[in-house]
Amino acid sequence: MCTALAVGKKRKPNRIMLAKDDRKGIETTELQVESFDAEAVNSKQNRVLYEARKKIHPKRATGWFRGLKWWIMAVTLGIYYLTPWLRWDRGPGAPDQAVLVDLANRRFYFFFIEIWPHEFFFVAGLLVMAGIGLFLVTSTLGRAWCGYTCPQTVWVDLYLVVERYFEGDRNARIKLDAAPWGMSKFAKRFFKHVVWLLIGFATGGAWIFYFADAPTLFAEFFTGQAAIVAYATVAVLTATTYVFGGFMREQVCTYMCPWPRIQAAMLDEHSLTVTYNDWRGEPRDRHAKRMRAAGENIGDCVDCNACVAVCPMGIDIRDGQQMECITCALCIDACDGVMSKLGLEKGLIAYATLEEYEANVQLASNVAPARSETDPAFDPSRIRGKDGRLITEVRATSWRSLVRPRTLLYLLIYGLIGMALLWSLAVRDTLKVNVLPDRNPVFTVLSNGAVRNGYEIKILNMTGRDRSFLLTTTGLPGATLKLSGSQSLEGRSLKIDVPADKLLANRIFVRVPKDRIARQETGFNFNILTIGEDDKVVAAARFEAPQDYGK
Amino acid sequence: MSEKEIDESSGIETTGHEWDGIKELNNPLPRWWLWTFYASILFSLGYIIYYPAIPLLEASTMGISGSTNRGELAVEMQAVESARQVTVQKLDATELEDISADAQLGRFAMAGGASLFKVHCSQCHGSGAAGSAGYPNLNDDDWLWGGDLAAIYTTIKHGVRNDVDEDTRDSLMPSFGADELLDPDEISNIVEYVLQLSGREFDAERVADGRALFADNCSSCHGADGKGIREFGAPNIADSIALYGAERAQLKTQIYRPKHGVMPSWNGRLTDAGIKQLAIYVHGLGGGEKAKAE
Repeated sequence: MCTALAVGKKRKPNRIMLAKDDRKGIETTELQVESFDAEAVNSKQNRVLYEARKKIHPKRATGWFRGLKWWIMAVTLGIYYLTPWLRWDRGPGAPDQAVLVDLANRRFYFFFIEIWPHEFFFVAGLLVMAGIGLFLVTSTLGRAWCGYTCPQTVWVDLYLVVERYFEGDRNARIKLDAAPWGMSKFAKRFFKHVVWLLIGFATGGAWIFYFADAPTLFAEFFTGQAAIVAYATVAVLTATTYVFGGFMREQVCTYMCPWPRIQAAMLDEHSLTVTYNDWRGEPRDRHAKRMRAAGENIGDCVDCNACVAVCPMGIDIRDGQQMECITCALCIDACDGVMSKLGLEKGLIAYATLEEYEANVQLASNVAPARSETDPAFDPSRIRGKDGRLITEVRATSWRSLVRPRTLLYLLIYGLIGMALLWSLAVRDTLKVNVLPDRNPVFTVLSNGAVRNGYEIKILNMTGRDRSFLLTTTGLPGATLKLSGSQSLEGRSLKIDVPADKLLANRIFVRVPKDRIARQETGFNFNILTIGEDDKVVAAARFEAPQDYGK
Repeated sequence: MSEKEIDESSGIETTGHEWDGIKELNNPLPRWWLWTFYASILFSLGYIIYYPAIPLLEASTMGISGSTNRGELAVEMQAVESARQVTVQKLDATELEDISADAQLGRFAMAGGASLFKVHCSQCHGSGAAGSAGYPNLNDDDWLWGGDLAAIYTTIKHGVRNDVDEDTRDSLMPSFGADELLDPDEISNIVEYVLQLSGREFDAERVADGRALFADNCSSCHGADGKGIREFGAPNIADSIALYGAERAQLKTQIYRPKHGVMPSWNGRLTDAGIKQLAIYVHGLGGGEKAKAE
């Protein structure tokens, strides 16, 4: 049995003034505000054991937040689709793609940064930052990730644009759904799905370009020469984009995604959430003007359902804070438009913290000392002055709610990790050496009594040019070096060439004559100097000899 | 749960579970979720029919695909084998000394040799080829039968004191004590001389006699200077390495009744390319010698 946590407080709308019969058949109120026949999909009467998805037809919203969301959509989708095509010259032999995850060669390129596998801690650091960033954003702006930047939200928005283009806005779509199949309906549906599939295809297609040279792979992909995994990836991502963006939509957020539940646990009374300010909205009535004229004490909400009609999650924000709400703020835009038409202050639905909301509730509640939990009775006259405007005691959300010890601490940690990563990126080496001593055998006694130890020395040339290195030892008198398996001469030093951007593993034999061995175990250093450059690494190692040596 | 509890604010039945005052609502399951569940069951049925799945007493149901992990492994091994064929043929065609000149072929030989060594040789010579008493250390520069590529190749191919292979390396040291060729005191004197030769502590009084006895009894095989003669597999006894130990008692035992190591002949058990790979690996362990100019 599926369950959902009861999150926040769901408050029953106050409908004292509303006669049941008045609700149906009214298209507009006398105030020229359009009214919608919309109902929350999760309302009480819609509950059954196994529930089919109720199709949601979000109406197009206009307003400040909708504008912001268009911009965010353009920027995030632009970044996603175009990034693989950016070029960045790294010289000959290196890929010229600005952002590339080169799994085959184990490199990650990001503009001027090149990450080797052993530097994966940068990625770990970024993930830690993402985690802290989630704390920071959630504690200040609530579920801003869900509402503005989550790929699910952005792609559903994009799919809705397509749907609206072919089928029209909310009412037209509802009519089309109910209409019998015909040429016109078929054509509309057909082209909608074709464009949806093309978007899905482009989404999957863009993904694979991050893992290979984009222009090359593009040509290979359409001539059937790309790897089977490329086609499989595109197929899977096309399918998920099409299904999640076109059909599943809010189901993904409500039932599949763990994020809403995690984020719900991180909200506190200072977090911004999209809030219906029932302390000024209730009692709501469709005939507010007439009622007000009749001397009734009526709230600002005209029950036009505009907030429900635009909601991509299909909920009614006036039911209170709910898990389904992704805080996309489109209901704020919708309600602000209505309030403007009515000549009332914007913000009947607004971003507010629970703390401010509770203070305003106290202000508007006429039940002393505190409102009743289930059925608060609000008195709109308590929050409006003689001029009809909201009194100054009403608290509004300001930037001050963002600046709190908790958010500052998150910001500090976030910043410190970021600075630490940048610092380590700035000072990181272009030469790295690993020395692995042979374990079996630990040492070899030669016929003249000399002792030989073997080491695997890995030299990482993390620059774009071929370099030569001089390998010497200090702290091991009489030692001679030799490359294994080669006919190279044995000597006090070895010259090792490492190609650009490569790791070279060499087996090195170190030999010390019997009379120069002072102890069973001698600590010494390998020095690796770059010939012609001031780049040097000293690596500690041990030289092992038989027990009876040096006695 | 005897009594249904209805949540007041949402009007939904609760599950009756409660944590710190938070109760769980019994919301309806999305129907698509239910379909996903049924689809998973259908998939598992298909899986059971297609793949080996149900364990029986002796084996299991085979499924209509007939595919097993063992079968898949065989196919993959076959693919690896055939992918290697080109390089193996190249190994066959290339002279032993020339293999390492081709960097790619040299790496292939080293890697293949290392893997063959672990399977066929490490039982006696140890996984690091360091040997043990009676089993030569292949890392050092002391070779009984020669340390250049050709000599190592021959030793691996035909073995040592092998009773099947006619071309095997063969030699025998007399049992000087057991067959009463020398008396124990004489053997002790030779031991002191051998200790002197190899740079160890020795009894100066016995050395002169030992030197004379060595010249008469031992030098024909081990050489006048004790540095051994590889044609006979006679070890260099003037160096720091002693196969059966360099303690007095160990040397004495070895002269009184010598032990003789044997090694299998790998001719026919390994391919010629495999023996070449092993020779290159052993040669590359650090003690390999250059071929002597003829």
